Amino acid sequence: MRFAFITVLLVLSFSTHAETPADFQKQFAAQAQQENPAFTGFSAEQGQRFYANTHGKEWSCASCHSQNPKAIGQHIATGKTLAPLAPAASPERFTRPDKVEKWFKRNCNEVLGRACTAQEKGDVLSYLLSVR
Amino acid sequence: MSLPYWSRWPVLLSGVLLATAGAAFADDDDDDNARIRPLNHAAWRQECSTCHIAYPPQLLPAVSWRAIMKGLDQHFGTDASLDPQQQADILRFLEANAGGEGRSRRGEPLLRITETRWFVHEHSEELPKDIWSRPSIKSAANCNACHTAAERDDYSEHTLRIPK
Repeated sequence: MRFAFITVLLVLSFSTHAETPADFQKQFAAQAQQENPAFTGFSAEQGQRFYANTHGKEWSCASCHSQNPKAIGQHIATGKTLAPLAPAASPERFTRPDKVEKWFKRNCNEVLGRACTAQEKGDVLSYLLSVR
Repeated sequence: MSLPYWSRWPVLLSGVLLATAGAAFADDDDDDNARIRPLNHAAWRQECSTCHIAYPPQLLPAVSWRAIMKGLDQHFGTDASLDPQQQADILRFLEANAGGEGRSRRGEPLLRITETRWFVHEHSEELPKDIWSRPSIKSAANCNACHTAAERDDYSEHTLRIPK
């Protein structure tokens, strides 16, 4: 009984938190506006460069997620296979705020040695959504 | 501990089961028990299996898991930080199911399963010299490169395929 109750709570909490990549894009745009009043929008091309290049540290996004975000990635340290990052290939990507927040925190720290700006997150997401 | 008397039995029982599992690991040629007692803990399974398989808690002692979970922001060279509540929840599960091997010779907690006597013993014979450096395997941390059913806690020889 208690287990059933917890399950119902979990299902409810997941369903209320499910979002779409477009929802995140809107949130990043609102944050970018706050961070920079001159914000004019996101750029998929800028996002592609950000994704493919290193940023003063050893790894880029592509180091683990593959140069082609529709392809299966491989963790550069452990070798574990990773589901593609582009929502076109993995529909569950960018649907859970807790996961999106957790992984940007970890991976921006890994790749840039700091948190990403909303502009950077939005650019990368624009790029990932442009991959069809 | 203010637990009622009866509630301690499952703890004692799991201790006995772990001791039995430990005995099975030590026996090189007996493959019957190579399936580690599967455990279910949703947060552990999900969070610890994103960059590598969720390593069974039985393979390190509680002191090691405590040290590992304390340093998740610098976890073997990567940032694996969790929110504090989830971190505490997973640590409780790891401690409750931890194995028995003690500390390293210098007295510090072992942080790598690959440095335990059990692992070294199980992986020392009959293995090609270059095995850990093969691109298809990459690292001794990549259990499922060879143990193809490791994600289901099955490390038996039936499911063992060493890639070229």
